[in-house]
Amino acid sequence: MRAEGNGRGGGPEGGRLSRAIADGRFAVTAEIGPPRGADAEAIRRKARLLAGWVDAANITDNQSAHVRLSSFAGSVLALAEGVEPVMQVTCRDRNRIGLQSDLVSAAAVGIPNVLLLTGDHPCFGDHADAKPVFDMDSVALVWTARSMRDHGRLLSGRSLEPRPDWLIGAVENPFSPPERFRARRLGKKIAAGAQFAQTQFVFDIERFEHWLAQVRDLGLDRRCKILAGVGPVRSLRALDYIRTQVPGIHVPEPVVRRLRGVPSDRVAAEGMRICVETVKRLKEIPGVGGVHVMAFGYERAVPEILERAGLAPHRQPAPMGQPAPMGQPAPMGQPASPEGSGRAR
Amino acid sequence: MTRRAPGTGQWPKPTVPSTSARAMYRLHRVLEPNRAYARLAGWLESHPRAYRAFTRAEEEVKGRTFNCQMCGQCALPATGYACPMSCPKQLRNGPCGGVSPDGMCEVYPDERCVWVVAYERAEQEGHDSDLTMLQRPIDHRQWGRSSWVNYWQGRDERLWTSDDGPASSPRVCADGDPV
Repeated sequence: MRAEGNGRGGGPEGGRLSRAIADGRFAVTAEIGPPRGADAEAIRRKARLLAGWVDAANITDNQSAHVRLSSFAGSVLALAEGVEPVMQVTCRDRNRIGLQSDLVSAAAVGIPNVLLLTGDHPCFGDHADAKPVFDMDSVALVWTARSMRDHGRLLSGRSLEPRPDWLIGAVENPFSPPERFRARRLGKKIAAGAQFAQTQFVFDIERFEHWLAQVRDLGLDRRCKILAGVGPVRSLRALDYIRTQVPGIHVPEPVVRRLRGVPSDRVAAEGMRICVETVKRLKEIPGVGGVHVMAFGYERAVPEILERAGLAPHRQPAPMGQPAPMGQPAPMGQPASPEGSGRAR
Repeated sequence: MTRRAPGTGQWPKPTVPSTSARAMYRLHRVLEPNRAYARLAGWLESHPRAYRAFTRAEEEVKGRTFNCQMCGQCALPATGYACPMSCPKQLRNGPCGGVSPDGMCEVYPDERCVWVVAYERAEQEGHDSDLTMLQRPIDHRQWGRSSWVNYWQGRDERLWTSDDGPASSPRVCADGDPV
């Protein structure tokens, strides 16, 4: 269907994530939240922690509607550090001209994967007075990207030469109403062109399985790599934050009780244990094609989670990624989740 | 350009329509394009004062019923007759991931997500598969125009599709160079 490239996206040679999809291998992605300041080293440092351990790392796009270094610059920096980026692109801040321009630019500098989402409303961010753009939504953006790549056409109808060659990703929140529509909404994104999909944090495995059963019934897991979102809760403050301040995250009572039931200096360790257990269970569920580990400001925990969950990189030795000692406070003063709540929006 | 819900001074506000979906699906049959409507639409477009009056009437009726924002490219027939432009993000392809467990909007926690409402209304009438159709990005030049006139003139035909074909809208290319 494609005129050039390897015919499946992921860059001209096919990226690591693209190969994981082609080979049907369990894929691992993680997330890098760019810094607020003009601090390239912050991206490089996080990229070095993840290098070798993950197939690709999302670079978030002004996560939670807070101004950060752009996902484009962050992706370029990660690429230079040897970590394959997934450039997140939201519809919140740019109209169709800006969006298509950024997508073309991503292809031009060799960014092999893009993740297209609607984005948080500005009212949740640090510029609540900003004009929300939302010229189109995530489904329309996925469709636009697919048209650009597979048909070499901009929305205007103008032709694009050479064509971009990224892998196209999308997100879904299995836990949000309307429950009976969520799997079909993913189907809509897949019909529009999504080749992989990352989900909102899975804390409630039963409900996730319920959604995934619908996904399998529609045959969607065979057309799209589904990466289940996971992440460690580091503190009770972080738990309260994701339960009350981040829309769309569902933490069931048993998980809350477990975290509240340990002494405060053990919450982080318990959070890690829950995360590892979740990954292990997800690996056994048919239709789960991989995991997406979101550990914001806590990237150094990712290798440990993967190691303990049996996902250590037999793929490649990890050059830099030393597992973090368990239960230590993270270097950043923020709760675990605010940076990346751009999941499934 | 977007009309705000009175009193909020803010973003579009999700609104539960004041009429049943069943009544609207029935009414739709009466409003389907035909030659008479096309003639009326053509006449309205060539008489600006009449067009303005007609458009104001449409705005009044649809504003009260659906919190219509006058995008001019009506998606109602494919969304269970709940207006997606009353979503604060104006999503036309379904709900975002921020809907609360009890179905409330993330921006207006006291309002039900308009897509949750849309799904319930469409499902009740056996139209839930309408929501799986791809809604193409809208033409922002149509804000404030009459969507009924646009509909009768056949301009809405490519607004949504069940096919997943390429983006093909060379008509919006301004300089006559479609490719």
